[in-house]
Amino acid sequence: MSDITKQSLSELIKNIKDKKLSSTEVTKAFVERSEKSKELNAYVTEDFSAAINKAKIFDEKPNLDLKLPGIPMAVKDLFCTKNIKTTAGSKILNNFIPTYESTVTQNIWNEGAILLGKLNCDEFAMGSSNETSFFGNVQNPIDKDLVPGGSSGGSSSAVAAQLTPITIGTDTGGSIRQPASFTGTVGLKPTYGSCSRYGIVAFASSLDQAGPMAQNVKDCALLHEIISSYDEKDSTSIDFKRNNYSKELTNNIKGKKIGIPKEYRVDGMPKEIEDLWKKGIDYVKDCGAEIIDISLPHTNYALPTYYIVAPAEASSNLARYDGVKYGFRADGENLIDMYEKTRSEGFGAEVQRRIMIGTYVLSSGYYDAYYLKAQKVRKLIKNDFDEAYKKVDAILTPSTPSSAFKIGEKTNDPVSMYLNDIFTVPVNLAGLPGISIPAGHDAKGYPLGLQIIGKAFDEQNILNIAYAMEEKINFKNKITDWWIK
Amino acid sequence: MSINLKTIKHISKLSRISVDEKKAEKLAGDLNSIFEFIEKLNELKTENIEPLTSVAETTLKLRSDEVKSKNLREQIIKNSPQENEDYFVVPKVIE
Repeated sequence: MSDITKQSLSELIKNIKDKKLSSTEVTKAFVERSEKSKELNAYVTEDFSAAINKAKIFDEKPNLDLKLPGIPMAVKDLFCTKNIKTTAGSKILNNFIPTYESTVTQNIWNEGAILLGKLNCDEFAMGSSNETSFFGNVQNPIDKDLVPGGSSGGSSSAVAAQLTPITIGTDTGGSIRQPASFTGTVGLKPTYGSCSRYGIVAFASSLDQAGPMAQNVKDCALLHEIISSYDEKDSTSIDFKRNNYSKELTNNIKGKKIGIPKEYRVDGMPKEIEDLWKKGIDYVKDCGAEIIDISLPHTNYALPTYYIVAPAEASSNLARYDGVKYGFRADGENLIDMYEKTRSEGFGAEVQRRIMIGTYVLSSGYYDAYYLKAQKVRKLIKNDFDEAYKKVDAILTPSTPSSAFKIGEKTNDPVSMYLNDIFTVPVNLAGLPGISIPAGHDAKGYPLGLQIIGKAFDEQNILNIAYAMEEKINFKNKITDWWIK
Repeated sequence: MSINLKTIKHISKLSRISVDEKKAEKLAGDLNSIFEFIEKLNELKTENIEPLTSVAETTLKLRSDEVKSKNLREQIIKNSPQENEDYFVVPKVIE
């Protein structure tokens, strides 16, 4: 089989289970393609020879009852992997080797998957273009010098370029769905509390969630089923009955009520996005779903709320990086000087900016005006969704207000960069699940995504809607392998 | 509202991030444009709204206080930028 890397995860699993392919063959194929794709800069750490060894060991006594039998997989470098360097895209963690494994990655290895390496991301997942990574920009396989989105930019690039059959990212304000949209792939941000945060380098703890990034909805459902678990090591992990998401996947969405929020028709949105949204509405109608106009009146306040809540939590979470117990240390004349120089040299500009915003909004005299205010508006945003879900089963919106942009295009204007997440941030603030699926191309041939937002814990429903739409859309990613010489 | 250089210096001290003049000016510009954007929240009246602190509506579970990980001292100390046998080493704090 020559085109191993072109196969979907489900096809690879079937071929391994049918003994048509060995784990070693599959792993070698993805390693070879990854080796040829260094120009994408998707990897921070490669673990290729160990991966091939693990595959050989798997093949000696293959356990084919596992859900991911001998499947190689690269993961975002925000997940702690035991004995393997975990950087979070930051200089300050450049040499950090965790002594423990994140629950989400442990769940994946327990099902037989094999680590290929760690994927690039924005520093501490703070960014929408992967340009804040200490390890450099990631190329979008769609076109040269195009950002892959962020913060899970290495993940989206690697899945779209087929350097890994599937992967995981994390999503605090859109960091799975926006890069999925920019690369023509599928990305699911689960309900807050569905996937354990244990062992994930923390950014904003009330918003962070891990989730799958895949080439199609079925693969995405399978990986979600594996990573979603109750975990006593995460105090916000929620103990609810989880579905067999891939087994229960159906394209029958007849009679489902889909809400269209008028507030998502934002000023200056390109006509292409508006048209794509209309097409999406037609697709779900074709599937027998009912369209209902809804209102989410506080949508416009979501980004300002997010840019208080997320930096506030980040400034607190990132206080631990002090150059003492792990990571980078700069020399200083005394302890305080050492802290200040370590953090000034160890963090990049965007992370410093957010720590400063967060420190300011939490500081004495400003807490009520900013942080408390934002928490109250967050309540209003959640109330909007609660109200809408009395009438509808899910909500359909565009994933992003534009297609992928060029590297360097938005780096000098933080606010214009933040506006990228306008359709994804409200979902995190309300703790809901959301999935982005590729739905078309713009005039430049760049992919565009649509987002389906669900009720809390209703991942099955949005996966089903995505599955039904995927069939109608029949999206084909246009990737030319331009980076392979 | 405007964030001046004095405020930037104050926040940088609280954040334990050293900031020189040039960086402070850049940060003041960036933070002012971000806060201009954030000020939009003042359009909303929120006196009677309960703040949302967590979307996970769970009560914290109790567990017994047991050591579960093996002795990882050596591995943990190894990650330290400077170590001395069983200790993390920092610049002298007592004269």
